[in-house]
Amino acid sequence: MMIAEMFRKPTKWSVMKQLILKDIDDLVIDSLGIVAFISFFVGGVITIQTALNIENPLIPRYLVGFATRQSVILEFAPTFTSIIMAGKVGSYITSSIGTMRVTEQIDALEVMGINSLNYLVFPKFIAMLFYPFAIAIGMFLGVLGGLAACVYGGYTSIDDYIMGVQLDFETFHMIYAFIKTFVFAFVLATIPSFYGYYMKGGALEVGKASTTSFVWTSVVIILLNYILTNMMLG
Amino acid sequence: MLEVKNLHKSFGDATVLKGISTVFNPGETSLVIGQSGSGKTVFIKCLLGLYSYEEGCISYDGKIFSELSEKEKRNLRGDIGMVFQSSALFDSMTIADNVMFPLQMFTKMSKSEMEDRADFVLKRVNLDDAHKKMPSEASGGMQKRVAIARAIVNNPKYLFCDEPNSGLDPKTAIVIDNLIQEITDEYQITTVINSHDMNSVMEIGEKIVFLKNGIKEWEGSSETIFKTDNEAVTDFVYSSELFKKVRKMYIEENQ
Repeated sequence: MMIAEMFRKPTKWSVMKQLILKDIDDLVIDSLGIVAFISFFVGGVITIQTALNIENPLIPRYLVGFATRQSVILEFAPTFTSIIMAGKVGSYITSSIGTMRVTEQIDALEVMGINSLNYLVFPKFIAMLFYPFAIAIGMFLGVLGGLAACVYGGYTSIDDYIMGVQLDFETFHMIYAFIKTFVFAFVLATIPSFYGYYMKGGALEVGKASTTSFVWTSVVIILLNYILTNMMLG
Repeated sequence: MLEVKNLHKSFGDATVLKGISTVFNPGETSLVIGQSGSGKTVFIKCLLGLYSYEEGCISYDGKIFSELSEKEKRNLRGDIGMVFQSSALFDSMTIADNVMFPLQMFTKMSKSEMEDRADFVLKRVNLDDAHKKMPSEASGGMQKRVAIARAIVNNPKYLFCDEPNSGLDPKTAIVIDNLIQEITDEYQITTVINSHDMNSVMEIGEKIVFLKNGIKEWEGSSETIFKTDNEAVTDFVYSSELFKKVRKMYIEENQ
């Protein structure tokens, strides 16, 4: 119902354009730093863990690069970054909309005859369509982090790592990862907005709504991850 | 003219408004007063269309609100200005952008025209140099004046104020009261103020509607409120010793 209402009675395009650009900046561009930082170091840790657990000398060392690529592209970048984003972006969305509810700013929009759901949620929904770009950067930096760990930790040679990264590359895995990312982007835009928009109470409830929205966004992402993986790779 | 007939509103089993009827006229500052929980805010939110109601009718210039199409409601809302208790300024925008917001949404004015209009209304509420400030940088009184500027920027026919003086010192409260009354006279706006500030009642109450437990208990003006024998009104309005003395003096002077 909220999503249907969001598309009704659209806000003037000249205003909406600015709102979308602002939300792209707030939700996606402002998240690049944390996505890059986490991806780079987690990519490195995956490489170290994989290398340390390959004890059998018959297993080729290039599998370190292969395992890092698969882990980062299939799971870490789309799913676990989205859970981290449920904390960052989701809390921001819930608390900003919830504060507007508490301080009667949403009522002010309604009195003016503005569809507040369209005004507040639609730009976030559109902005999150750019979220896969952040995930693409996360994928690249995750693999790069693995390479850096190899170089500085001496776990395997650069040539072996690069060979592993290129080994048995399937384009469908990228499609699968980005389909998941788009679905998670939709979840990240809508569930926190729902908890912010329909919250009741005061400042304390804004905090509670942010926590609840983080929990439910994470739960839905994990469940959808299982369902999509089963459907597309199972 | 804003006319309300037999308005009933409930939340579950609790009936908040029980058959309220009244008329608010253009160029008149009307106050809706009553104790906390008497139904004032619900009443004003019903008038604004923020709450639906079970029975009764609200008509703006003879047009029944509930029978208007979505487009007609949107057009009508363009004629309504609202000052919220918390001011409800958009905290991500500067003061000037807050004031220009209704113009951006409802008019085809150019940016310079909007800026000129915002300048004009901000001067009208005595805020000459606050354009670039953020709402969080403004005092409570300034925020209220910005909210009034935003409410009148689109030349509304109806102005609603929900406790415009709450949280303000007495001097600033009088400034806000006078400003609302001046604007009402100047632009012949139908103004409805929700208040329990007795200074406002005495200063600007050209029409007063007293609500008690969701019922219109009494209706009159700041003149007639001195003479009324209605016990519920006198208990509420003259609850402080100061106002009891003022009333006694007024009655003695007029006998």
